[in-house]
Amino acid sequence: MIGRILPRPLLSLTVLLLWVVISSSVTPGLLLLGSVLAVAVPLLTRSFWPNPPRLVRPWQALRFLGIFAADIVTANWRVARQVIGPLQRLSPAFIEVPLDLRDPFVATLLASVVSLTPGTVAIDLDQQRWILLVHALDAPDPQALARAIKKRYERPLREIFAC
Amino acid sequence: MLTAAIEIAFVLIGAAQVLNLYRLVRGPDTTDRILALDTVGINAIALIVLFGIHTATTAYFEVALLLALLGFVGTVALCKFLLRGDLIE
Amino acid sequence: MNAATEGLLAGLIILGALFVLLGSIGLARLPDFLTRLHGPTKATTLGVGALLLASAIFFSTRESTGISLHELAILLFLFITAPVTAHLLAKAALHRQSSTEQRTRMRRETNKKS
Repeated sequence: MIGRILPRPLLSLTVLLLWVVISSSVTPGLLLLGSVLAVAVPLLTRSFWPNPPRLVRPWQALRFLGIFAADIVTANWRVARQVIGPLQRLSPAFIEVPLDLRDPFVATLLASVVSLTPGTVAIDLDQQRWILLVHALDAPDPQALARAIKKRYERPLREIFAC
Repeated sequence: MLTAAIEIAFVLIGAAQVLNLYRLVRGPDTTDRILALDTVGINAIALIVLFGIHTATTAYFEVALLLALLGFVGTVALCKFLLRGDLIE
Repeated sequence: MNAATEGLLAGLIILGALFVLLGSIGLARLPDFLTRLHGPTKATTLGVGALLLASAIFFSTRESTGISLHELAILLFLFITAPVTAHLLAKAALHRQSSTEQRTRMRRETNKKS
């Protein structure tokens, strides 16, 4: 019953939260309208959603978000120095990161995380061989960077979604 | 203090916009221009948010939100055109 | 608004504007497209993020307006779309590069024939 009305409880919660954030005030009328949207939007868009794996460890997901936010800030300083500093010292490189995960949704998440942490942009995901092509602004040692991406981002994501 | 900070920030982002325009005019490739245009859009959001704090009105939120939406859709459309347009050629 | 929040706001605004400028410096200064992509996607996103956070704090600490969360929606949206834009632009750039290389190669071959 609940599964039929709320096929994706997390998505419904997200829609409701976004509604509250955008309307920026909490009144009974707005909450009612938001709840209607939270039920209607997942139902109407059901056929467009891929099947994401289940979120197994929500608390670890929160911890991962914290680490990720800290990484964005600290590594942005590094890129800031590189952008201002002498450009000849940079060694940009393409890096192929072989992935262990096999889920398109989690792979997209990983690519977004890699793109937002400075110094690296995810360019392409080869879904036949499961290789993530990454461009790095400054990578003197590409292999070490590939290992770091796997250890720091891929492993926690695999644990969070259990895939 | 806040007023001074906002004024400095206006100057900094204005300088950033000039650099974006330089890249927009200079090119050399279409993808560079699209990237510059996207950055111009994001910096415009920054300017609008700053102006909102400066005048202490919340009226500009929707403008910033719409600019973010339209900038993203525009950039994606241009990229798609580059990817597909070449295929037809 | 007390002095501490005002200092925090001023710091966030200056920091945000500096990162926006750094992103554009990267865009104007770096040598080729794929390295240029790094500046705007990250430094600019973080800079605008800091400015939006400052705006949220500013309007939340004013007595008249109550808690203001609009900015968080824009923030979330920018952080979700930045990687997508970067990915598509990089793909388009690689696509164009490979196609122009092929075109020049073909032209060279036809020149040889004639």
